[in-house]
Amino acid sequence: MSEKDELRELADREYEYGFVTDVESDALPPGLDETTIKEISRLKCEPEWLLEFRLKAYRHWITMTDPSWAKVKRNTIDYQQIIYYSAPKAKKSIDSLDEVDPELLETFEKLGISLDEQKRLSGVAVDAVFDSVSVVTTFSDKLADLGIIFGSFSDAVNKHPELVRKYLGSVVPYTDNFFAALNAAVFSDGSFCYIPAGVKCPMELSTYFRINAAGTGQFERTLIVAEERSTVSYLEGCTAPMRDENQLHAAVVELVALEEATIKYSTIQNWYPGDSEGVGGIYNFVTKRGMCKGDRSKISWTQVETGSAVTWKYPSCVLLGDESVGEFYSVALTNNMQQADTGTKMVHIGKRTTSTIISKGISAGRGQNTYRGLVDVKKGAEGARNFSQCDSMLLGDRCGAHTFPYIEVRNPTAKVEHEATTSKIGEDQIFYCNQRGISTEDAISMIVNGFCKEVFSELPMEFAVEAQKLLAVSLEGSVG
Amino acid sequence: MSGKKEKQMLEIKGLHASVEGTEILKGLDLEVGAGEVHAIMGPNGSGKSTLANVLAGREEYQVDSGTVKYNGLDLLELAADERACEGIFMAFQYPVSIPGISNAYFLRTALNALRRYRDESEIDAVDFLELVRSRMELVGMDQKLLQRAVNDGFSGGEKKRNEILQMAVLDPKLSILDETDSGLDIDALRVVAAGVNALRTEDRSFIIVTHYQRLLDHIVPDRVHVLSGGRIVRSGGKDLALELEKEGYSWLEADDAKAGSGA
Repeated sequence: MSEKDELRELADREYEYGFVTDVESDALPPGLDETTIKEISRLKCEPEWLLEFRLKAYRHWITMTDPSWAKVKRNTIDYQQIIYYSAPKAKKSIDSLDEVDPELLETFEKLGISLDEQKRLSGVAVDAVFDSVSVVTTFSDKLADLGIIFGSFSDAVNKHPELVRKYLGSVVPYTDNFFAALNAAVFSDGSFCYIPAGVKCPMELSTYFRINAAGTGQFERTLIVAEERSTVSYLEGCTAPMRDENQLHAAVVELVALEEATIKYSTIQNWYPGDSEGVGGIYNFVTKRGMCKGDRSKISWTQVETGSAVTWKYPSCVLLGDESVGEFYSVALTNNMQQADTGTKMVHIGKRTTSTIISKGISAGRGQNTYRGLVDVKKGAEGARNFSQCDSMLLGDRCGAHTFPYIEVRNPTAKVEHEATTSKIGEDQIFYCNQRGISTEDAISMIVNGFCKEVFSELPMEFAVEAQKLLAVSLEGSVG
Repeated sequence: MSGKKEKQMLEIKGLHASVEGTEILKGLDLEVGAGEVHAIMGPNGSGKSTLANVLAGREEYQVDSGTVKYNGLDLLELAADERACEGIFMAFQYPVSIPGISNAYFLRTALNALRRYRDESEIDAVDFLELVRSRMELVGMDQKLLQRAVNDGFSGGEKKRNEILQMAVLDPKLSILDETDSGLDIDALRVVAAGVNALRTEDRSFIIVTHYQRLLDHIVPDRVHVLSGGRIVRSGGKDLALELEKEGYSWLEADDAKAGSGA
């Protein structure tokens, strides 16, 4: 096969995870009102306080309007057309992997997440969320020996209501924004993780989200609480089938780090991006926020965003404790008609708090990539420091890169630095690589990976490799 | 001469090429046999670099007519990376930098691309390092440069040595050195020459594009060609370079003027 044919084949290769799994599911009819919410709550056998939380959120949500300030063009969403609850039909409660629907296991195999062969995932505990429900969690027994709670949100509501009740909505209140309110009203599951004081979680915790059913939205909720001096590293991955309609993913992630605790949260987001003409794809409108509640606590976000038709998210840190540390490392890639408006908020409240923002945006095809970030130093944040670096890379001349840094400083001792660069992969760089025998596709993937190195080095080892591959696949066909 | 024909590596006939609509090469003929070193000399703007870039397959250089045969292949049909995989290497006059990619990584990626093309297995990190280290000694390059980003912040001399290092590692059949001597001090020049001489074998050929004779004191060519006005106007043995050094290129202009008035 000549290189040209190979290139063509590469360019024509489409979204790898676009299959649909044929699993029987229980779903509510489309539409949203108080009855829907009561029904979700009833189906999940929830306590009264949680239903109250949902209803309050819903009543607030109906007073709000769909926001339009992000630099994205999208279709208006008809919230009455969405199915808010879809769950694989469970014949009985599941205790081990043997009892999980084989079709489901096969799905996760296809995604490269072998729940079965735990050896291959050595050192990674997985919670798999299919449509709206958590279907299986691996390693929870082993983790339980250390007092670590890791599993589905619904489980946690039943088994540890006091913890959930204490922290739910404490970082992202339902009043926060339109999608956070919607999520609070209808969220169906997600992951919950609790690390007791002094415990260093011995393995990566990981959640894989999969939207399967047509016409559904996915509204999961993740809550991670790290007690004093504890450490945890958490990773989420996301995929969805190819469909012509836009599907909504409106998740909420809340992190709480107490004194000297460290939470590292990594995301590899690969939702279906729509086709090359911009038909279909996921609307990824997610609210992620971490609270560095205790002194010297640390929260670090790392995200690799390659999927979704529209991405709209700002993983943020509220640096409340003195000397707490917030970090944000991001690679966002938009190809074809994809749009991303992403960045972070670092809110400095405690003394000598520090934050680092490293954002790498890559635009190809007709993709539009926006960095939007806020560094907010409050009055009491004596000696706060921030360093931000926003780099954009353009491939071709039909894409766009935009940077909107917002800086608000109310303390004169604060030190805030912002650096930004925009570069274009040069013809001369490509030719130099070609002349050494490296194909154009490989050259671009190599240069882009070099561009993203600072972010990839923050990812856990095995996922850094996955991220590189994903980037290469997402860039296929972006040149030539 | 007929005996050499069988080992012909490169055969250029009536090559016309232009850049942005301006014709630079105007009917160039050149034959390079296997194992030969040819020097292409000539004044600025005569088309030396255009020839190098056309052979390497740079897209901005448009071939208007003529043929180029390379080891029996129609070279002009091949994309730049395919040419490289077939054993053509160009040492750039102005090597570009690639921030974020280490020299070692770049070189290994290139070497593995060539190996894949030849259906060979990829080289592992240990063997690669061994190979690179031995070649670095050959070009007298500091090992630290391996971990630096490709040509990023390199001095002029370091960049040129890096080109020769890449050549030594990638082991091409036909190397084209595009004014590799420009901007080099005499020590660096000796190193570059030593690198080329060490690689000279019966089946490797070199085209050395240069403005000055001094590189040819260290790399003794089999043939010297003078390029002027997009054509080779004179060819000879190594002594031709010395002659040019003495006379300069002004006689060419006189010839051109004559040719012009004659036409």
